[in-house]
Formats: sequence, structure tokens, C-alpha cells
Amino acid sequence: MHLHFLDPYRHRQSLIHAFDPRVKFVFTLAFVLTMALLPFGAWPVYVLMLTLSLSITVLSELGVKYVLKRSLLAIPFVLAAVPLLFTVPGPALLTIPIGSLSLTITTTGLERLLSIMFKSWVSVQVAIVFAAATPFPDMLLAMRAVKIPRLLVSLFGLMWRYMFVMVDEVIRLMRARAARSGAIEGAKSGGSIAWRAKVTGGMAGNLFIRSIDRGERIYDAMAARGYDGEVRAFPLPPISSTSWIVLLGGLGLLVVLLLFALLFWA
Amino acid sequence: MLYSPLHSPQAMHIPDGFLSGLVLAVCWGISLIVIVVAFIRVKRDMDERKVPLMGVVAAAIFAGQMLNFPVAAGTSGHLLGAALAMILLGPWAAVLVMTIVVGAQALIFQDGGIAALGANLFNMAVIGVFVSYTVYRAVQRFSKGAKWGIFVGGFLAAWTSIFIAALAAALELAFSATSPANLAVPAMALVHSVIGIGEGLITVGALAFVYAVRPDLVKTTDQKQVGGKFVWVAGLLIAIALAVASPLASANPDGLEFVAEEQGFIEKAQANPYDIIPDYVMPGIADESTATIAAGIVGVIIVFFVAVGVAYLRRNRTTSSASSGS
Repeated sequence: MHLHFLDPYRHRQSLIHAFDPRVKFVFTLAFVLTMALLPFGAWPVYVLMLTLSLSITVLSELGVKYVLKRSLLAIPFVLAAVPLLFTVPGPALLTIPIGSLSLTITTTGLERLLSIMFKSWVSVQVAIVFAAATPFPDMLLAMRAVKIPRLLVSLFGLMWRYMFVMVDEVIRLMRARAARSGAIEGAKSGGSIAWRAKVTGGMAGNLFIRSIDRGERIYDAMAARGYDGEVRAFPLPPISSTSWIVLLGGLGLLVVLLLFALLFWA
Repeated sequence: MLYSPLHSPQAMHIPDGFLSGLVLAVCWGISLIVIVVAFIRVKRDMDERKVPLMGVVAAAIFAGQMLNFPVAAGTSGHLLGAALAMILLGPWAAVLVMTIVVGAQALIFQDGGIAALGANLFNMAVIGVFVSYTVYRAVQRFSKGAKWGIFVGGFLAAWTSIFIAALAAALELAFSATSPANLAVPAMALVHSVIGIGEGLITVGALAFVYAVRPDLVKTTDQKQVGGKFVWVAGLLIAIALAVASPLASANPDGLEFVAEEQGFIEKAQANPYDIIPDYVMPGIADESTATIAAGIVGVIIVFFVAVGVAYLRRNRTTSSASSGS
């Protein structure tokens, strides 16, 4: 099994790891939502949110470097927002002549681009810490606590359980393809792109058939153990009063920061 | 989604920080309603045997996104799977399967934001599935269950699901004032009309394999028509709305900016009203982008008008043959 490169969970003995997963889940959702609702250019509030996310990162003992490195993965998407530099009307900051045309960067455009980058970056940090400090079964518990239907939660659980098996299937398929893909030096090999796509499609079809067969076998195994279509689970353990206080305090802080930002920058 | 071929699979979905509150609210609202409906339909119509199946197929789609093939210059094509799941499981089950896949990508792997999940669900699980269903059913009606209908339908369904989902993503960014419509829409359309071909070819390859091994899974059955009409019409309306809105938006980005401004998502309390630059800052870009997008849009419109026409022809023919037969 190739758990190591798929499971984002990193075990540590930290405060964040030990926390009630339901509190972590709700707080993560609230944090990301607050970040989304902050108006452009509310820099003091952005910095406070960054302080908050970095404090959580430090408390989680995952290593600031690890989280910051992973948080860069959303950066390529920023390219979608780069044209804002030139298209948002505002006072000109810099004009780049390109031949007969000239591109004008506006301060308003620059501020908006930086705001988007910052919001995206801080949001993803909290999401990374949540995923790295919460084992997946605990996430399922949190999903049940926020009243996501049980069937959907159990589908999430099934997907998680069999994802590793399916990844192994994919790795076997790719290994088989690589083993049959001998190339002669200097000669053209590999066929046309359409042919390659067809081969890959055959592998995908193979994977689907295997997954469907496996799904049917799993059903038989479940039915043999008494499954009747109803998903049953242990009742959720009660949330401790400390967890409640931390959750309410955290949500209160986010609301205050959001109102502050909306009051002064919206 | 814009640069997925270069950075797959990390940058495929919209991350957090790019969408405004209004866009998030609308996308979450629609997605949740559709997921609840899908949930009820699946619970009512499907046998319990299908429950573990859906979980495992979701795992397979997840893993299947690793399957790629080299295209050129270090880029590669790979599978997203909405159309394939729809063809093999039917539309409502596919909505749930894609919900799980996209949800897990956001929660576990930070591929796509958590607040932005509503929008990504809307693009992949709702639009991707509905639109591909519309196209696939239209081709099925035309081919009357012939073998070629499965493959042509599969290709077109896969291509349209990618293309239309990309247009939706571009419009969501434009409405959030985080990406100018006159650049984002044509760029997304262009990139994804190419990615869609890869998706279509892989889907056809997969269907050919499934057809050879388990023809019962792809042959038209009653189970796949369950709740079909609603999805069919919804898919058609979504496709037409996006096909019409996209060129409009890319031709009039100021209109969108105006909407955003009205909604208060642009700094409306700015003390000094800046001069609105009377022309585009990048001269000529509007014309260029209109030109690049025209081909794609015209293609989609043709596909859908052919689909509608074929559906009507087919319906008339069945009613007339049924009446002459009796």
C-alpha cells in the first residue's frame, strides 16, 4: 500500500492534534469563510488572520516550514487573477511599453491581486493544518456532527478506505504499460496522441471494471455480515466544556475581525 | 482549472480567496439543493447493492486521475471522470460520486478551497454531470442504441462537461471581480476545449474497454433514464445559459464589473471616485478575445441545437410509428 504519499495526516503529540475534531472542523470552515468574506485591501485584518493561522501552525507542531511549503500549491491559480493588474481602473503605477502598445499597472489592480493572493494563501494554511492534524476517521465523525447525512458520510468513508487499493491498481496498470513501452533509441515510438489517449482510456476502463467488481464483492461481504442498507454508527461522544469554550471563543474572534474589516474597508 | 495540464493535479479547482460572498452563496445553494435531490433519488431508486459500489467508484475516479499520457512539452492529458461516472452509474448517482470526489480533494488534499467547495461542486458535480447527461442522451436518442452512439455520445459528453464547467468557473471568477471576464473566459475556453479532447478520448477508450468486457454496464437501460427528463432539461438550460453568457461577459467586462460594484464587492467606499478609464487598458484585446472564443461558443451552440432538433425528430418519429403500429 502506498499510504505515505496519499494520507496527509502527520502524527504529532500536539494541542491541535488532541483537540476535538468537531471543533477543528467547524473552526476551519468558519476561518476559511471569514477569509473569503473579508473585503479587498483590509491589510491589518489580513495580518491578524495570518498571525492566527501561524499560531495554529506553531501549536500543531507540524513545522512551519512544512505548512508554508505546502501552502504554495494554490499559487499557480493566481495567474488567473494577474490580468487584474491592468484591467482594474485606478491611478497608474507603472507603464510597461511593449512595442506600440503599453500596459499600465494600476495601484488598485495591484492591491486587489495582492489581496487575493494573501487571502488564498492564509486560507490554505488552515486547511493544511486541519488535514495534517486530523485523522480521516475523525473527520468523518466531524461530518456526522454537522449533520451531513449518514449515507454520504459512509460513502466518504468507503472512498477513503478503497482509495489506497485503487491507487495500487493504478500503479500496477501504469507499471504494466511502462513494461510494454520499450523504446528504440533514435526511432520514433509511442504512437499518436489519440492512440496514447485510447490506451490510457483502456486502462481507465479496466480500473472502472475492477472497481465495480470490487464494489459488488464488498456488498456481498457486507450483506453476509448483516448489512441491510441502513448505515449504523456509534453515538457521538459529548463535546467537553473546554472544547465548547474554545470553539465559541474562536468563532467570536472571527466574527469580531470580520465586522471590523467590513466596517472600515468595505 | 486554468492551468491543470501543467500542474496536475494540484491546481485543478478554484482555491479559497478567489470568490466573493455572493458567488459562494449562490453556488453553495444550488449545489446543496441538487445534492439533496440526488440523495433522495438515489435512496429511492437504487438498490442497496449500489451503496458500496458508489464509494468504490469514487475511489476509482480519484485514483484514475493519476492516469495520464504525455501530450507535448511536458504536459499531459488525464481523466476527470464526471462523464464516465454519469454513463456508468446514471446522473443522480454520478452527482453523489463527484460530490465525494471533489469534497475529498478539497478537505484532504487542498485541491480547491473549502469555502470555494460550493463552486467547485457546482462546476464538477452539478454542471459537469447534467450537461454531459444532456449531450449523451441526445446522441443516444439519435443513434437508437447503436454501438456508435455510445462512443460518439461519450466523447461529446466528456468534452462538453469539461468545456462548460470551465466556462462556469471563469464566470464565477469574473462575477467575483477576481479575474477580468474578457481575458478569463476566452483563456479558460481555449485551454479547456483542448483538455476536453483528451478527456473525450480517454472516456471513449474506457467505454470501448467496458463495452468489450461488461456490455451490460453501458447499454441503455431503464435505470439510467430514472429522473432523466429533469436532468436533461436542466443540463440543456445550463449549457445554453453559459454559452450565451460567456461571450456577452467577455465582450462587456465592464457590465460584470458594474454588477460586482452594485453588489458592493468592489471597494465602494473609496473616498475619491477614480476616473474610469474610458477604453480598455489593453487596446484591441476585446476583439481578439471575441474572435478566439467565437469558435468554441459556436461549436457548443451547434452541438446543442443539433441535440434539441434530434430529440424532437426522434420524439415525433416514435409517436408516429407507435400510432401507425397500433
